[in-house]
Amino acid sequence: MEASQNVALLTVNKLTKLFGQFAACNGIDLEIQPGEIHALLGENGAGKSTLVKMLFGVLAPTSGQIVWKGQPVRISSPGEARKTGIGMVFQHFSLFEALTVAENIALSLDPGISLARIAEEAATLSRNYGLPLDPHAHVADLSVGERQRIEIVRALLQNPSLIILDEPTSVLTPQEADRLFETLAKLKAEGRSVLYISHRLEEVQRICDRATVLRHGKVTGACDPRQETPASLARMMVGAEVESVKRISDIPSGGVQLEAVNLSVPARTPFAVSLKDVNLRVKAGEILAIAGVAGNGQGELFDALSGEYPVGDNNAVRIREKPVGRLGISGRRLLGAGFVPEERHGHAAVTSMPLSDNLVLARHKSDRKAFISGPLRLIRHAAVKAATKRICEAMDVRKSGEDPAAGSLSGGNLQKFIVGRELDRQPAVLIVNQPTWGVDAGAASRIRQALVDLARSGSAVLVISQDLDEIFEVATEIAVISEGRLSKPYPAGELSMEKIGLLMGGMHETKSAPEAAHAH
Amino acid sequence: MRIELEKRAGQSAFFSFASPLLALVLTGIAGAILFALLGKSPLDALYSFFIEPLLEVWSLHELAIKAAPLILIGAGLCICYRSNNWNIGAEGQFTIGAITGSILPIMFPDFQNGAVLPLMLIMGAIGGAAFAAIPAFLKSRMNTNEILTSLMLVYIAQLFLDWLVRGVWRNPGGMNFPESVTFSESATLPAMLESGRAHWAFAFAIVAAVLLWFMMRFTLKGFEVSVLGESERAGRFAGFSSRRMIWFSMLLSGALAGLAGIAEVSGSIGHLQPVISPGYGFTAIIVAFLGRLNPLGAIASGLVLALTYLGGEAAQLSIGVSDKVTRVFQGLLLFFVLSCDTLIRYKVRIVWDSLGNKTQGGA
Repeated sequence: MEASQNVALLTVNKLTKLFGQFAACNGIDLEIQPGEIHALLGENGAGKSTLVKMLFGVLAPTSGQIVWKGQPVRISSPGEARKTGIGMVFQHFSLFEALTVAENIALSLDPGISLARIAEEAATLSRNYGLPLDPHAHVADLSVGERQRIEIVRALLQNPSLIILDEPTSVLTPQEADRLFETLAKLKAEGRSVLYISHRLEEVQRICDRATVLRHGKVTGACDPRQETPASLARMMVGAEVESVKRISDIPSGGVQLEAVNLSVPARTPFAVSLKDVNLRVKAGEILAIAGVAGNGQGELFDALSGEYPVGDNNAVRIREKPVGRLGISGRRLLGAGFVPEERHGHAAVTSMPLSDNLVLARHKSDRKAFISGPLRLIRHAAVKAATKRICEAMDVRKSGEDPAAGSLSGGNLQKFIVGRELDRQPAVLIVNQPTWGVDAGAASRIRQALVDLARSGSAVLVISQDLDEIFEVATEIAVISEGRLSKPYPAGELSMEKIGLLMGGMHETKSAPEAAHAH
Repeated sequence: MRIELEKRAGQSAFFSFASPLLALVLTGIAGAILFALLGKSPLDALYSFFIEPLLEVWSLHELAIKAAPLILIGAGLCICYRSNNWNIGAEGQFTIGAITGSILPIMFPDFQNGAVLPLMLIMGAIGGAAFAAIPAFLKSRMNTNEILTSLMLVYIAQLFLDWLVRGVWRNPGGMNFPESVTFSESATLPAMLESGRAHWAFAFAIVAAVLLWFMMRFTLKGFEVSVLGESERAGRFAGFSSRRMIWFSMLLSGALAGLAGIAEVSGSIGHLQPVISPGYGFTAIIVAFLGRLNPLGAIASGLVLALTYLGGEAAQLSIGVSDKVTRVFQGLLLFFVLSCDTLIRYKVRIVWDSLGNKTQGGA
């Protein structure tokens, strides 16, 4: 090994991971210098997660080499990765909600260190890095941003030279994200390196020194993100120009199609959020978008509006001017409403079943005449298959085979099918929770365009989303949900990013904005 | 070296079919080892266990008699398990079905006409369903684990039967034997063919299995069973009620077990006695799994499991091993079926650490 002056911290040579015949990572080359923030860009399914899992010892590479500070290494477990000097903050946190911050941290360290010492170290560390954290707080009581801090502090306690962050800002308010960026700058100043996984191009340009772009398991580009435009980065990620969504222009809105009146729902489980006096109305031709940080009652709101969990007050929810609070989801579908839940797997679709069965799942009641026959309620497989084909063509669903299992589709293609399944029946009201969560840019733009087109054709659309870019792209009106309360709606043109951020952080109209900014 | 289970992209069609067969072969091998350890010739033992019972007409009739309750119960359990409800108490529902179905011939022995037998069968099915309604009620209302409640109810049913035939239902002219009166001709399920004693329960079993297969394959009800079994949340999204599915699946499997119970008593035994089943209700669990939770598969696996009962008896006679060997074989079979099912969703890969990697690790 050639010992040059500036040895890279981490070099990855021709790293490949095969799952059966499928190459999730195919000959990846990557180099991270000490003290740099390195972005790993790519759509969902590009191989980013597989790559970092190999770096963190969760997966074993099929072939290729990982070189750490000039020495080839083999990382066979997360424990070994930590010893080597690699820390990782996962996208989905692995925390026990019923335990305290310090207890959660203790679980990932070697046994034998006293809890008091851990609490003390964690408190010091979090202060130094501007990540305020009470070690004795219970995780269940903390916001998502605070939970992420636990994960970061947990990683920092191991004194790593490289920290891997997987989509860290996807769950944060803009203000919380700003604080995270300050922390990252501090880490960089100390000479630590950060591998920053994201598909948000703006933040990559803002904080990252270099970027490696993946597509279909291969490196398609390595660049300095500041020299690029968002469009050129997107091209590297997607491989084609992403179409921009054409907005609604001056569509006269019609009557109120969906309405919630003083909708209050107590929390079903100790960790759920209760809805408090939610009021909203969506007229034909409108798209009301509900912004908010994850876990502030979005799922609960969807459940109450869809009728999966009906509410006690029949007048609290109205669809096309009929009170439906106590009506189940099938009854609401018969009134012309369509629903797209957040979770694709095991909620919107049964992964082990073919697409055609998943069509029956949502439409057996609303399209009874077309899909079901006779008193035995036989399923008309031919009609269902034809409709499945129609939907797949309309939404450009890419799949292997005529009627594959829903689970074999990529997230974006399955989501296109799930949205298309509802659009196919021209619903008068469509309620969508996180329409493009974890979906690649191409599919996301297609889905957003479909939502806009549906509203344009005279339907009322409610979009619940955490993605502010998406909200500004599609919405005619915007409201913000925080701790189960919904703000009043604002016309999309009148709301700035900053104002939304404050609303998301729970700063309601009662408090004045400057005061709120100080409180942070 | 290590063994890795690698998830397949989808379910392997080949292993869905081959896994039960592979399990049968492995059971045979394990059985041969077992016989060898007992000092018996493995080939002779396997021959008398699995082949001999198939060579004579009378023993084929016995096979049908033993397969009938296994298929009836097993087909019902397929539906129940597919819907993610775990009725383990079919043995108890079988027993209660036998009791309620016997009310007519025991308490009203003089009531004899063509309506008796159909009424008995219906009452047996209702009795089995009613007994299964207890765990269904407890699960749907109080979120109780139905595995435990349905299993514990088996012992209640068996002791209730024991109490009946030693007490109020004991035959007054029966020399104090713990038995009920013998059923009249019109209360006895007749034989299907002239060549032997196999009765109509076998036909019921085949019809029930085919009907249930049809339901699962072609109807919305069957679809509802599969969806709720796969994901309760998706079922709720589809507008299906998991609570109603608890009732449907438990009552259905209970009714079929009850029907099997009265058919067994009426067709094979002819009276009630303290023990009316060699564990059909439990063995049917193996039938359901060996049959891939498919009612048609339950027909084939019911016949295989019936063979283990006959084989146990045959092996006891011809090579002098305990008939407990039947239980051992059934246990081995369930064990191997569940293990082999791993192959449907996973690929097994043996990873040899290569030399290059080793030197790397040492560096």
